[in-house]
Amino acid sequence: MMRIGIDVGGTNTDAVIIEDGVVRHAVKSPTTADVTSGISRSLGDLCAVAGIPVSEIGAVMIGTTHFTNAVVQRRNLGRVAAVRIGLPAAATLPPFVDWPPDLRELVRGPVHMVRGGYEVDGRPIVPFDRAGMRAAAQAIAASGVGAAAVSCVFSPLNSDLENEAGEILREECPQVAVTLSHELGRIGLLARENVSLLNASLFAMARGTIAAFVDAIAKAGIAAPLFITQNDGTVVAAEEAVAFPVRSFSSGPTNSLRGAAFLSGLENAVVVDVGGTTADVGSLVRGFPREANNVVYVGGVRTLFRMPDLISIGLGGGTLCDPEDPNRIGPRSVGFRLPERGRVFGGPDLTCTDLAVAAALIELGDRKLVADLDRSYLRAALDRMRTMLAEAVDRVKTDARAVPLVAVGGGAFLIPDSLPGVSEVVRVPNAGVANAVGAAIAQVSGEVDQIFTDMERTKAVATARERAESNAVRAGALASSIKLVEMEDIPLAYLPGNSLRVRVRVVGDVRT
Amino acid sequence: MPNPPFELTLEALDALAIGAWILGTGGGGDPYFSLLEAREQLALGRRAKVIDPLSLPDDALVACVGQMGAPLVKQERLVDGPVIASTITMMEEYLGRKFEAVMLWEIGGNNGFQAVLSGMLLDLPIVDCDAMGRAFPQADMTTFSICELKPYPWTMVDIRRNRMIFVEAEDWSWMERMTRRACTVIGSSAATCKAPRTGAEVKSSTCLHTVTQALRIGRTVTSARKVHEDAVAAVVASEGGKVLFRGKIADVLRRATDGWLRGTIEIDGLDADEGHRMRIAFQNEFVVAWKDEAVCATVPDLICLMDSASGDAIGTETVRYGQRVTVIALPAPAILTSERGLKKVGPRAFGYDLDFLSVFAEAGR
Repeated sequence: MMRIGIDVGGTNTDAVIIEDGVVRHAVKSPTTADVTSGISRSLGDLCAVAGIPVSEIGAVMIGTTHFTNAVVQRRNLGRVAAVRIGLPAAATLPPFVDWPPDLRELVRGPVHMVRGGYEVDGRPIVPFDRAGMRAAAQAIAASGVGAAAVSCVFSPLNSDLENEAGEILREECPQVAVTLSHELGRIGLLARENVSLLNASLFAMARGTIAAFVDAIAKAGIAAPLFITQNDGTVVAAEEAVAFPVRSFSSGPTNSLRGAAFLSGLENAVVVDVGGTTADVGSLVRGFPREANNVVYVGGVRTLFRMPDLISIGLGGGTLCDPEDPNRIGPRSVGFRLPERGRVFGGPDLTCTDLAVAAALIELGDRKLVADLDRSYLRAALDRMRTMLAEAVDRVKTDARAVPLVAVGGGAFLIPDSLPGVSEVVRVPNAGVANAVGAAIAQVSGEVDQIFTDMERTKAVATARERAESNAVRAGALASSIKLVEMEDIPLAYLPGNSLRVRVRVVGDVRT
Repeated sequence: MPNPPFELTLEALDALAIGAWILGTGGGGDPYFSLLEAREQLALGRRAKVIDPLSLPDDALVACVGQMGAPLVKQERLVDGPVIASTITMMEEYLGRKFEAVMLWEIGGNNGFQAVLSGMLLDLPIVDCDAMGRAFPQADMTTFSICELKPYPWTMVDIRRNRMIFVEAEDWSWMERMTRRACTVIGSSAATCKAPRTGAEVKSSTCLHTVTQALRIGRTVTSARKVHEDAVAAVVASEGGKVLFRGKIADVLRRATDGWLRGTIEIDGLDADEGHRMRIAFQNEFVVAWKDEAVCATVPDLICLMDSASGDAIGTETVRYGQRVTVIALPAPAILTSERGLKKVGPRAFGYDLDFLSVFAEAGR
């Protein structure tokens, strides 16, 4: 089966066709302001040059750094109303309490803490303050925010109050997009709430972006199903991804790590993916992205996601450099406007790409347009970039020994041939499209989240696992490659009998 | 000579959170939530002054505070400084006397912060000691119980307007039983002020300088991370500990029952332990570890579960499938491993018919 992998970055849109584990063809084109035309052009070019009829395409998988860029650059984020049901518990730690201050100022809308919530045994903490909830919903309607996130103490045990609050919000402010925390997270109120708030802030942007993807596939005449890659390296159907953009938040870096492993064949290495806006630094251990073990910070916000342990810094091909101060690089980027904004292309802005051209690290545009750059400024700015990369690499490494570094991404030319703590810098064919390769080889998952009553735990867990595996096979996974990634059970004391909620998630490679 | 008093800076609060979480031996709850609150209090200008117990006058009146309950509950209900502080004012009203200082009931886990938050909110000095030297699930598993000090009175405050005073108890086991029942009724999480102590009692019957120890452990982890050295190995070296097992979590069985979090974890070995399996039973804290069915470590030795990469402690409420972990043992304070200590905190006190054989004994396993 032929699969197309697409990576929609802030600067470039890359597309690859993979057949039987081999990259058949790859194209790179600038990301367009409307997203759609860039993707459909890439798809058209890809099929035309490779001489493949669109009817032979089995699936299209898209990964994007749009969401992560929005948070890193603090833009295109919606203001979010927070509703927490749980008073009198947790009064001193309100929603947004552990957010980075600048992000909090940008995203925090009205915050409402309402009396209610559950105890661990399912009893109410206090009676739910329905009038208070309705008043909060009315205040949210009047505030004009576009999205709201609802969290409730112990909602993973019982989601009734979150659902009821969601209903009240729909009645009082139907225009507000609502995220309910139990749909996104597990036990751990603050982390679950944080994920819900992030999801709500990305909602409007995600809806627009994914609609553009759907449109682009249709315009290219492809009828194959469209999948969006997720943080953990698996995919979901596009329509499902719309409601939960936060799950696809970090898929770009995951894809680049998986792509780098595929392209380099290295088992243990540091991977640096330099795009137009950010450099993402992660680590391969025995051929797989090293996952964060515990808490994961997303844009500085504490979450409990399963995703690769990596660091994102504002350093890419389109990153803005201050012409007055060589130490001021980023985090703002001209992104996909590089071909019009960058100096070597005749534009007004000084970017990292311009510095690389001036230093003859790469040939692009017209080098004469940066000939005026002061040599000592150039040297200092390149030093600064090298320091930024070295610090990120150092933070990702878990031991002090030198390791190989795989340089991927369209801006890989910004990575110098030697860095402290790095044994060699490995450059691979198709490095510029590693993300798209990673998207094309994305895995599929099978999940079960089910309540078992009067069944012994071992049996309930085994049953859930079997069902998750057959779901994965049905979704296209190769049975022999299926791996268990999550398994959790919580007794539900408020239900009659011996009730157990079991969640199991497995992933596997796509059958080809 | 007593150590000079010192103030907890932002850096010290962070180090305390790391160190207390490791000393929690899986229990005591993640200190993160209280750390957030302590940081905010510090930013508001409140101070956390730590004093040496040896500097206390014999007749000083010292409050002793801690949260009790199932750590899982704190992940959802969180904990509030004003609630724990109110147990102290309630006790003062009951006694008709003011406290001169506040001490930790339990250094391990989130309770490492309850005296700190109370001290900040009520402007009381915090005494550098605790009644466990680690974390334990029951009130009768303390140095006060071992030394047979008076177990009453206790105050207990709920997040609602439920307030209780336990005026008298036959002994520590009765106090444990009565308060545990009350704690379960109010949601398996309760703020308590334990029986008040005199300066003389604090000097003779606590684990001394455990706040300093937690700070040292936290700083060891932080400095190891800074230079990319193995933080787990650094803690083992600095505290005279021992690595028991390395692996990946294969199963977690977890139940909140009778006001505790109980269960077992199974770990599949990695690296040198490939092909072996470790099972650890817990009651809030890790109690007994078996390697391939043979007992490997028991209470009161500290059995700690660490994130192999970061050196962060992992708690019984946050451990999950797939985490890469290192199990280490740290030596327990001498009072816990003494003959009278083992009666209260040895494996038999937890219902296991096992003799305590320290991981650190000369003729170790």
